[in-house]
Amino acid sequence: MPEANIMSPADIRRAIVRIAHEIVEHNRGTQDLVFVGMRTRGVPLAQRIAAAITEFEHEQLPVGTLDVGLYRDDLTERGSSVNIQPSDLPDVAGKRVVLCDDVLYTGRTVRAALDALIDFGRPERIQLAVLVDRGHRELPIRADFVGKNIPTSRGDDVQVRLGETDGEEYVRVAAGEEAEALR
Amino acid sequence: MTIRAPQPRPTDAPAPLTTSDADESAWQRRHLLDLDDVSVDELDLVLQTADTMKEVLSREVPRVPALRGTTIMTLFYENSTRTRASFELAGKVLGADVINVSASASSVSKGESLIDTVKTLQAVGADVIVLRHNRSGAPYLAARHARCSIINAGDGLHAHPTQALLDLLTIRSRIGDVRGKRVVIVGDVLHSRVARSNLWSLTALGADVTVCAPRTLVPVGLEHAPEGTLPPVRVEIDLDRAIVGADVVMALRMQHERMQGGFVPGVREYSRLYQINAARLARAKPGALVLHPGPMNEGVEISHEVAHGLQSHVEEQVTNGVAVRMAVLWLITRTLSRGGRLPAGSAL
Repeated sequence: MPEANIMSPADIRRAIVRIAHEIVEHNRGTQDLVFVGMRTRGVPLAQRIAAAITEFEHEQLPVGTLDVGLYRDDLTERGSSVNIQPSDLPDVAGKRVVLCDDVLYTGRTVRAALDALIDFGRPERIQLAVLVDRGHRELPIRADFVGKNIPTSRGDDVQVRLGETDGEEYVRVAAGEEAEALR
Repeated sequence: MTIRAPQPRPTDAPAPLTTSDADESAWQRRHLLDLDDVSVDELDLVLQTADTMKEVLSREVPRVPALRGTTIMTLFYENSTRTRASFELAGKVLGADVINVSASASSVSKGESLIDTVKTLQAVGADVIVLRHNRSGAPYLAARHARCSIINAGDGLHAHPTQALLDLLTIRSRIGDVRGKRVVIVGDVLHSRVARSNLWSLTALGADVTVCAPRTLVPVGLEHAPEGTLPPVRVEIDLDRAIVGADVVMALRMQHERMQGGFVPGVREYSRLYQINAARLARAKPGALVLHPGPMNEGVEISHEVAHGLQSHVEEQVTNGVAVRMAVLWLITRTLSRGGRLPAGSAL
């Protein structure tokens, strides 16, 4: 299976710093900003973006973690995981929440996250930041901040690895068999 | 009715109660009938899931849509306050529809058999039946004839798996890993399904378990069973000796009907020798946990001051019961959706 290296650790770092600047610019400062990472790899991304903002704005921003296992709409389908973990969120009512995840694909996980988030309070606004947008949306959802747009086939496997969760760091695309056959 | 010791499951029993679908997850069960065959991984998964459920319960609006569209029916042939209420709440917090059927107010009182009742509830639309029955083994019979999931909420003298799981959750959340910890179970072990299920789960996790009761209330052969047939526990008749250095003291209810059964000479003698009171608790480890599955007979198996003292975690047990039952319902229904429902009449 051929693999293409899409982002190196340096690429990932630059993308996160750029997203951090875009978030502050877009929100005209850091007032009421709250970061929420979606388990698993959204969590280190949220922490890194918040830390990057602290670097240039000298402002500590709250970071929470969200598990959407109990909110998924594919629970009746095969392969849905039984593993769920507690969410740990700061107060989100009236805040500007930036939801962070590694890959935006069908949009179904984000849909679940929106439901979950709203159960914790009524944020003033919810924005979405992702490291990779690979297309193929099944719901009317888009990201406000994107590290990199990667055109993919449905059969491709987008692999995001982050130091905190995986011990190594890269973004790769492995072409799926289906995609191979079309070439 | 006398039962000598917890019986190992007969070989023609409907084991293994799992889906045939191979999956890498640690949970393959469609039914929860007892803890005698659960693995350490399964126990870990239940407890870890229950921790997540505790987080859900701590929310301002404790409600998630995980089991939306799932119908849970509780079918109780015996009275119950906490088990039934906590199963009902657990289902509702997860967004399921919960219907309570009490045997005394249903067609059961017209003579409908257990199997027919289960089939009827299933035909009405039950995905999960939570069953309590006064006969040991009734949930196994139900599981054999059901396409839906069966959760044992207590059967006769045999098992009460969710109670043992909530005890385990309470112990773990207070003192961490139970491996090597000294647990003393005091009281009527002979007639206690709670104790039986606890013996399996605690010993599976490596706890050092001592059973303490008058000889008449200890299952015959519990100490000297061939290895692998019964949980490895010690039996100690003298509570003052058994309790020394204990990390956990679990008192069992002394049922009034046993007093008449000639198992103990009388309430006063029993409570003098086997009551968990402040003086005895002082011999356990400082800060040892006191547990009781409820309902308590204060002044008989436990003194009022201990029952409501700082070391008592009885209320926490009840709260944890909701979280554990949510975890079990979640895991069981995941298996249902992965494996699909089996066609009628098919073997398990």
